[in-house]
Amino acid sequence: MEEEVSDLNKTVLFDWHRSKGAKIVPFAGYHMPVYYGNGILKEHLHTRRKVSLFDISHMGQIELKGPNVYSDFEALVPADVFDLAENHCRYTQFTNDRGGIIDDFIVTKQSDSLNLVVNAACKMKDFTHLKAHLEGSIEIEKLDNYALLALQGPQSAEVLSKFCPEIKNLAFMTKQNALIKGINANISRSGYTGEDGFEISVKNSDCLDLVDILTSEPDVEPAGLGARDTLRLEAGLCLYGNDLDESITPVEANLTWTIGKQKRLEGGFLGDDKILSQLRDGPEKKRIGICLSGKVPARSGADILDGEGSSIGTISSGGYSPTLQKPIAMGYVTLNSAKLNEKIQIIVRKKRLEATIIKTPFVEPNYYKTSKKK
Amino acid sequence: MIKYTKQHEWVAINDGDEKAAVGITDYAQKQLGDIVYVELPGIGVKVNKGDEAAVVESVKAAAEVYSPISGEILEVNENLADSPELINNEAEANGWFFKLAPSEESELEELMDKEGYDKYIGGLD
Repeated sequence: MEEEVSDLNKTVLFDWHRSKGAKIVPFAGYHMPVYYGNGILKEHLHTRRKVSLFDISHMGQIELKGPNVYSDFEALVPADVFDLAENHCRYTQFTNDRGGIIDDFIVTKQSDSLNLVVNAACKMKDFTHLKAHLEGSIEIEKLDNYALLALQGPQSAEVLSKFCPEIKNLAFMTKQNALIKGINANISRSGYTGEDGFEISVKNSDCLDLVDILTSEPDVEPAGLGARDTLRLEAGLCLYGNDLDESITPVEANLTWTIGKQKRLEGGFLGDDKILSQLRDGPEKKRIGICLSGKVPARSGADILDGEGSSIGTISSGGYSPTLQKPIAMGYVTLNSAKLNEKIQIIVRKKRLEATIIKTPFVEPNYYKTSKKK
Repeated sequence: MIKYTKQHEWVAINDGDEKAAVGITDYAQKQLGDIVYVELPGIGVKVNKGDEAAVVESVKAAAEVYSPISGEILEVNENLADSPELINNEAEANGWFFKLAPSEESELEELMDKEGYDKYIGGLD
């Protein structure tokens, strides 16, 4: 049943995961915990109710430096970079010349550099892409000596602020340096679960100490990649390789909100021809949210039919929602079929299952909101 | 008598009984994780040894369940519709999937006994 792969990478927490009873699976070239003793359902619900700690050190952390780093980087992404304030983070993508998504990631502007957190499975091609477009003028550094943890859930601020009170009011999608019991940490208020939470970058050599500090808090439980996937699906967030790939544009992926105002008017990034024309004329297909009527989960690859039984698209991500206790999915359908509340059918094991197109997120997010000063 | 397959199904039949119960092993449920849905065969369906007879869906993925022996399906475990977690909690007891009337008694002899199965899974981890 289990793949035996000896040449996989290990994060600095590999032995810790095993000591916590994790089931380890190969993922994006790494030995990663898919769940611990309690299983995905309990880890998922614990994250929604309290706070969970995820090892996401397999993700790529990259720093870009150079005199023209902001303007040079601007040409690689549909987001505006020029108006990003220092220590602010933004979700964007690398696009190819056809407007397809090479990777999706978070970029943070720092005083003289940009920090990227990219998908594990994409880090080599991202690096090649960056080198092809920026080499010479920009210094590209892989932060391989840094681990990355995600502390996620409604109690994450309460837990983390015990050690560094200054992060309590850190705004959503901003970053700051802090000391956690003497450990230097770079903390952003962000995540992939739909909950309030933090992503914490620390030196590999400090990671285990930090994990011990955080998990000594009674409400913090470890959670694996299984719960990370069900949580992000409920939050309507895309998974690269499932919901996004090099043939899908940000407009098709319903990520138009991530395209910068300036870029929409003037282009100036890879694939801008295609993306701007799709903004004007509409894309051929579009990502939708799907709620199934029965109990059978529909997984990635399942065919989608319209009410009359004609094929209109394919499921890109799907599974059981632990919060809603029913199956949910995302998929791509032709633009004229992508209507809210439209009845559709999904083919699972040759049976037609009743389903409805609904809005995402499936579960209302609980991101931190700074109270507005009047 | 209880016998096991390499695909991690079990089949149990008492002496003189005409029905054999089939389920997945405790090892299998641990590998699958939280089970959220089970698709069971129809009553009266005739299955051959090794045929796909049921599907079990965990949070992560779907997995086929193959009939360990040939026979006609006589009964399915209706409790699994509302409580698929029975398979996680009691895989080799109340988490049974279906009962069938064996058509080839000799097929049972080809399967592993408890000792043989434990040895087999011991070599998998």
